[in-house]
Amino acid sequence: MKRVKRRYLALQIDSAYVPSQKEFLDCIWAAVTKLYGEFGASLTSLALIDYDAEGRQAVLRANLATVDQVRVAVASITSIAGGEAAVHVLVASGTIKALNARLKELNSA
Amino acid sequence: MKRTFVDLHLRPNLKDSAAIVRLIDKTAALDYRLVSVPTDPETSSGEIQKLRCICKNAGLDFVSRVDLRPRSQNELLTLLRKCRRKFEIICVLCENKEVARQAAKDRRVDLLNFPQTDYRNRFFDAAEAELASSGLAALEFDVKPLLLLEGPARVRLLSCLRREVQVARAFHVPIVVSSGVSEVVLLRKPREMAVLFSLVDLAGVYGLDAVSCNPLAIVKRNREKLCSKFVAPGIRVVKKGMNCEES
Repeated sequence: MKRVKRRYLALQIDSAYVPSQKEFLDCIWAAVTKLYGEFGASLTSLALIDYDAEGRQAVLRANLATVDQVRVAVASITSIAGGEAAVHVLVASGTIKALNARLKELNSA
Repeated sequence: MKRTFVDLHLRPNLKDSAAIVRLIDKTAALDYRLVSVPTDPETSSGEIQKLRCICKNAGLDFVSRVDLRPRSQNELLTLLRKCRRKFEIICVLCENKEVARQAAKDRRVDLLNFPQTDYRNRFFDAAEAELASSGLAALEFDVKPLLLLEGPARVRLLSCLRREVQVARAFHVPIVVSSGVSEVVLLRKPREMAVLFSLVDLAGVYGLDAVSCNPLAIVKRNREKLCSKFVAPGIRVVKKGMNCEES
């Protein structure tokens, strides 16, 4: 069986309100489902890997084939739990190790 | 080579200086290098200078832009005569077919913008694209309605934009993607704007060009024309001095 390739996306939440992990994940799923439907959402294999409420950063995992769809859905978010918000992609990488290294580089710059 | 990202359509409330500073600072933080705020033809040079100063403080290059909203062909021609030497970018908001056709064929027009949600008044068809391709006008899309509309309204907008993108690409009309937002929370990174337009078949390098190369080319061309050394396309004054025979 062919190995499934994945991509990890580090996200920055830009909002006055700090959403909980559940609120954030619900919002991501809602955005993906709204744009691509339930079938499209099922193809993304979306998973929340890490969530840092204090730093307002999160790490998502998605299938390589559907990573652009996840990027579109993330960019289309305008509110989280009723509050105005935007979610920006900071870094995308193929492994968590490389993602963390690039995040560290970005934060130190 | 790193791309220079451009947002030619920031729309802050020009009476609220704090809001302008907030919006421009955020734009700089999101990796844009060149921005433009549309003004009226009557806007004073002092106000434009103030915007230029705010952008300079944020580390951005400011491009002066005027949005014309003529009701007829003659009104458009009068406005173009009045504004072309004053502003670096001229955008025409086409609200009827007569204006849209004239704007597309006039080489003084840089951007064509159509009503965002009034689909009957979006006149960008094959005839319009043919005129635009022989002129210099580019087609401008705003991201704002894509973010704010929901349900059937967004579905209709997407299908309309997809058709226009197909027509523009068939006739080699450059596409410019701008934000068109007045609130900080609706600003997106350039790559996010590009990826949003992959929904209307403007994917990959075409999407990135729409937020970098295409608007940058318009700004470069117009700056060259507005420069005092410009004579004609490809001809510029290099040095002023005595005539060859005299020297």
